[in-house]
Formats: sequence, C-alpha cells, structure tokens
Amino acid sequence: MKLWLVSLFSLIALVLGSGETFAHKPSDSYLRLTIEEHTIQGQWDIALRDLDHAMGLDGNDDGTITWGEVRGQHEAITNYALSRLNLNVGDSPCSNHIERHLVDHHSDGAYAVLQFSIHCPTIPKLTNLHYGLFFDVDPLHRGLLQVTHPSGTQTAVLSPEQPTVQLSGTTNSFWQEFLQFSKEGVWHIWIGYDHILFLISLLLPAVLWWRSGQWQPVESFKNVLREVISIVTAFTMAHSVTLSLAALEIVTLPSRWVESVIAGSVVLAALHNLFPIIQIRRWIVGLVFGLVHGFGFASVLADLGLPTSSMFVALAGFNIGVEVGQLVIVAAFLPLAYAVRHSWTYRRLAVQFGSVCIAGLAFIWFIERSLNLQLTNWLW
Amino acid sequence: MDVIVDILIVEKLERTPVTNLECPEGVFAPSGRYPNKKSIMQTQFSRSRLRGILFRASMLILLTFFQLQIGNYSFVYAAPYIPDDEDVILETLPLSGDPRKQQLLKRRQQLSKDPHNLSLAIQIARHYLELGHTEADPRFDGYARAALLPWWEQPSPPSEVLLIRATLKQRGHHFEEALKDLQQVLLSQPYHPQAWLTQAVIYQVRGQYAQARQSCGPLLRLVNAMISTSCMANIASVNGQAQKSYDALLQSYSQNLSATTEGQSWALTILAETAARLGHEVKAEEHFQQALALDPKDSYLLGAYSDFLLDHNRPRDVESLLQENIRADGLLLRLTLAAQQLRSPKFNNYFESLRARFSDSRLRDDARHLREEARFILHLLKQPHKALQIAQENWKVQREPWDTRIVLEAALLSNDTAAAKPVLDWLKTMKLEDQQITRLMEQFS
Repeated sequence: MKLWLVSLFSLIALVLGSGETFAHKPSDSYLRLTIEEHTIQGQWDIALRDLDHAMGLDGNDDGTITWGEVRGQHEAITNYALSRLNLNVGDSPCSNHIERHLVDHHSDGAYAVLQFSIHCPTIPKLTNLHYGLFFDVDPLHRGLLQVTHPSGTQTAVLSPEQPTVQLSGTTNSFWQEFLQFSKEGVWHIWIGYDHILFLISLLLPAVLWWRSGQWQPVESFKNVLREVISIVTAFTMAHSVTLSLAALEIVTLPSRWVESVIAGSVVLAALHNLFPIIQIRRWIVGLVFGLVHGFGFASVLADLGLPTSSMFVALAGFNIGVEVGQLVIVAAFLPLAYAVRHSWTYRRLAVQFGSVCIAGLAFIWFIERSLNLQLTNWLW
Repeated sequence: MDVIVDILIVEKLERTPVTNLECPEGVFAPSGRYPNKKSIMQTQFSRSRLRGILFRASMLILLTFFQLQIGNYSFVYAAPYIPDDEDVILETLPLSGDPRKQQLLKRRQQLSKDPHNLSLAIQIARHYLELGHTEADPRFDGYARAALLPWWEQPSPPSEVLLIRATLKQRGHHFEEALKDLQQVLLSQPYHPQAWLTQAVIYQVRGQYAQARQSCGPLLRLVNAMISTSCMANIASVNGQAQKSYDALLQSYSQNLSATTEGQSWALTILAETAARLGHEVKAEEHFQQALALDPKDSYLLGAYSDFLLDHNRPRDVESLLQENIRADGLLLRLTLAAQQLRSPKFNNYFESLRARFSDSRLRDDARHLREEARFILHLLKQPHKALQIAQENWKVQREPWDTRIVLEAALLSNDTAAAKPVLDWLKTMKLEDQQITRLMEQFS
C-alpha cells in the first residue's frame, strides 16, 4: 500500500495535461531519394541526439556533441544507419558510394547529413524500401521518406508497424519500361559500329546498279526505295527473330563465335561492293547475316539485365529502339546518297574506297575476335 | 528474383569542405532552423574561428537583407554544411550533467544483455516515463516503450507493464487502448490507485464525466484526501459544479499543506483553471503563481497560465513567462500568439518554426497535435474552414474546455452554425461553466 502511494505521487504528474500535448518534436529522420536513370541520389538527415542515444557520440561525456566528435564517428554512423536501410533494386548489380557527411539544423536540433549515391549499370527496378533505423531503441521514431523520380514525388512515413514502403511510382509502368528499353535499343545500335557498318555496306550501292563491270546510278527513286526497304526489312526481321530467341534463352550461341561472324559479315558485305561477282539479292545477304547480328544485340540486352517480370515489354522496347535507331541512319543516308549518286566522288570514293576501308577495319575485328587477340585498342 | 541489396560503404568521406548553397525543398525543408549560435560562441578562439565568424557575419548581413526583402515570409533557409571548426558544439544533450543519465545508461546496457529482465525493464521504462513528462519530450516516451519491447504486443502482460503501456498510449492519444489496459489492471488489482486515477483522467479528457466520477470514487479510500478531492474537483468543475468544487478543493488544499509537491501543484492548477473559467481573475492569478512557485518548469502549467494571460490581454507577460522556451510545441504556440499580439519581430521565426513542426506532425499522422494545430490554423494561418475541420476531428476524441472552445471559435469565424450545433447541445447537457465559452455561445444565439 505504502509502495503504491510513493509511486502514485511520482506518477501524478504523468496524468496531468492528458489532452494537451506540450511535446517537443518527436524523433524523425528525413530520407530523400532522387532517382535518375542509372543513379539514385540519397540524403539522410539523422538527429545527433538520436545517434547519441543509440550508439553514443559524446566521446568525452561532457553532455555536448562537437563537430570533432561527429567527424570521428563518421564511419560508425554510416555503418549504423545504412545497415538499417534496404533498398530493393531488383536484379541490378548496383554499387554504393558515400559522397559526403554534412551537418544541418532542423527545428529540434542538429542533424548529421549523410549524402550517398547508388550507381547501377542498368536501370534499377526499385520495388520497395525497408527502413529499420532506431525502431529498437525508440519505437516512436519515424522515417520521413521522400522519393523524387522522373514521373513525380512519393512520400511515406516509416514506422515499426509499417517499415516497408512500396515505391509505386518508381516501379516502372509498362510505358516507362518500354520507353527506357527503346532508348537503350537506339543507343546500342548507334554505338554498335559493326552493325552500322554492315548496314552501310549493304546500302552504299542501293542507289546504283552493276552494269558492264561498273556501278551506274539508278534513275528511279522508287526502285531505290524498294531496294532499301527490302534490305532493311529483311535485316530487321532476321535479327528480331534471333534477338528474341537468344534473350528468351531458347537458342544460345557462344559470343566469340557470334562476334566473329558479325565482323566477317561486314567484311563480306564490303567486299561484295568491290567485286559483285555473285549476283545475289542484297536483301538475302541482310536476312542471312541479320540472324547473326540478332545474337549480337542479345548479348547487349543481357548486359542490361532483362527484368524477368516484364521481359516481353523490355524485349519489344529494345527491339523497336534498334529499328528506330536503324531508320534514323537510313533516313540520314538515303537522301544524301541519292542526291550525289551521279558523282564520281560517290561511286569511286564513297562506294569503292569506303568499302575498302570498311572491309579492312572489319577484317581486323574478325582476326581479333576469332583469335581472341588485341591488335588495336581504339577500334573496338 | 528480387535481391535485397544492402547499402555498404564503398568510399570514405572526403574532407574537403563543400559549398552549402543547395536549398532543400518541400516538406523536407524544415523552415526556421536555428544554428546553435550560443554553442558556436563557446569554441576556442583560433584563426579558423575568426574566418568562421567573418563568414557568419557576412551571411547574417545577407540574411537580414533577405528578410527585409521578403517581409512576412522571411525565415532562415539553412542548408547542410561542414562546420569549420572541430570544437563547434553542434548539440547539447538533454540531462547533461544529470547523474540519472549515467545510471540510466548503465541500466540500459544491462537490459540489452538481458532484455527479458522484467523488473529492470520496468525500472528503466518508469524513469523514461517521468522524464517524458518533466522534459515534455516524446523521445523519452519512445525510450520507455523500447524497454518494454518484449511485452509490448502481448495481450496480457504483467500489470506493471500494462500501467506504463496505458500511460504511453494515453500520451499518444490512443485513449481506447489505454482504457483497455487499465481495465485489465483493475480486474486483477482492484485497489490499484494509479490505475483508477489514470482512468479517471482519461474519461475526463473524453468528456465521459459519469465514468470519470466512478473512477475517482475508489480513490477516497485508497489515497490522501487532497488527491481524491482533486480527482473529483477536476471533473465537477467542468460538469455544473464549478464553484462548489473550487471551494471543496481549496479547503482540502489548505488542510494538506504537507502533501507532496506534485500533489499540491496539481490541486493548485485545478484551482487556478477553475477560477479562471469562473471569471475570478485575481484568484486565478494567485493560484497560478502559487503553483509555479512549486513547479516552475511544468509545461502543462505554463501552457494553462499562458492561455489565461492571453485571454486577459497580457502578451508581454507570456513572453517573459516562456522566454525562449520554444522546444515544446504547445508553448511555442502560446509564444507565437503573444508575439502576434505584440507585433514582435520574433513573430516570423516562431511562426515558421511552428509551421514546420505541424507539417512534420501531419506527415507523421500524429493525432496528438490536433488541438494546437486547430488553434494554429485558426489564429495564425487564419483559415477558419480548415481549422474547423481539424477542431471537429479533435472534438470526436477529446472534450476538454479548450477542445470545445476551438470548435466554437472556428465555427463562428467560418459562419457555420450547423457545425457548432452538436457542441452547443453537448455543452448544455454538461453545464460547463466557462466565461470565454459562454461568450462564444451567446454569439450563436
């Protein structure tokens, strides 16, 4: 009875002012993520007071925290905080960097500011975030999250009851994903010189025809267009088929073999411009070698990390991107070639000398790739 | 297949200072930040410090200029920076120099090795619970809850745990759950005065006066007469018997001058509030002063006295009472209201700081701040419709005189008689005697 009385008197204060809250600000951390294509920038503001309670920052135990004390603990702070944050980035092999440690002041005191970035070789597919900072030492702590991504901003409050948040805006919608992979497709045909050179080799003589041992200009644009469309369509159809087969892992070929054959195809296409001895329709050349080029695209797609859940969207996007990139090249090349097809420069310099160069370059690639040698360090 | 990638450190931090020109945006830009100037002054003098002072001085001039330019909406936009001196004091910890701190730390370390040690956990939780009240700091409530983690989710933990859990839930305004815990305690220990007292106060806050009286009843036989009289008077003073309860409590108070400080302070606070509601200004002032003499730091008391002073057009007294007490939200609200009345140059800083805190508590979905938030929106943001909405939401949960008053004030300013109707009806049945509220009621009829 007496014991109760003692506790009663000390606890009277506890029931006073039940309706009115005079509280200070409760413990919050502010986590901001900005998602760009391959990078996630993060800034995390964590109260020094909370860090001190959880892991002890006041080294000399004088009741104050100096900048020197915080700086001495930067590594420990980073380890403590980041081990309590999980970002699910899907299959992407991402790497993380601590950019810098800063200090800021919020309405309830000083905060350690942790700036970090996550770099991913492929576009990360952020699905959720799991937060566990301080919940074990202060279950009233909250993580105030703000995620900014190209299509908007998402905020969330993370608590012990709800430590995980679905990053809805960032898990790419169908169209976003499609567009992302399309962009990659365009980009990879533009930087894939062997594909471009193969296409150019096929297209160079499209405005000409071989008559009595030399190239003559074609008079009708209609015929030129028909020729170009047939080549591009055949090439496209062929590499689409093999790209899909390889991406879905229905057919897999050793990449050294594929890359060598691609280089060989460029050599043959260029040589055929110089010595068109075999009268073969060029769309057939496009079709046959297009099959091999498709396997080449597939290895690029594999490096990007094909999302398993939306593989077909990604595949279609990438494929269409490749076609768009290809059409841009054709659209730039064709009018120009048609305009100058009568000139000596075009027939001699562009077609013949150009083909010699292409064949030479591709031959070096062929040797390098087939024999696994490094002859040059600037050609591939 | 989803792989959870732990973020690991790859690179060490750089030591080079960076420019601090980025401006944070949106809700994540807590406005009204105050770099701790006092602590900066405590560092040792050095060349780098001189540079720092020069830099800060020039920034201050710039900011002052900036503030003049943007007038009403000025506040200091801080940005993350690297301090220029190792010895700069960034934060002063609460309880620094308090021997309790070391003791608590030691016990916490003990508990972390033996987290299921019930008596140790309760000791720690109680300590933090009291600190949470005296320091008016919800972080301590969180620490108290952390100590009880193994029992927190249990439906029927030991009654000591139930009692602390009820108090913490009550502080978080989860009144239903708090009452459930208390009922469990009383089922096994029907003579537990603390449980009865806490239950009485919760019912009183919710305006359930019959249940509140029933909970005070058992205290008559269990505790000191002044405590049980306080419990009763606290309810009767808002339930049609203000003068009678005042007289009874005053008598009990004068007969129990040897009671504990907390007990006396509680009785005096009830007396002061009752006198203020009855319009006995002089008596109210006297009791507030008596209570403050006993407990000059009690946040609840400071807030109630500030409201009294604001009602009687004494904002300057609020300023000197609260001084720079801006850490507690409720007190900052009073200080801002006083600064508004005084047209003080500090108003903008207080206002922005308050706005930042309410935006945070909104984000957290913290129900605790609804009453103060309604006052903030009505009197400082001057948005009566929005204030009314929040005041009504709050009134569903708690019905102390101020909860009622803010609904009526907001309803008046937004010309919404229908919204006031249920509150007015309730007031008539409850017979609340409060000069300020009576005046508001008259404006509706």
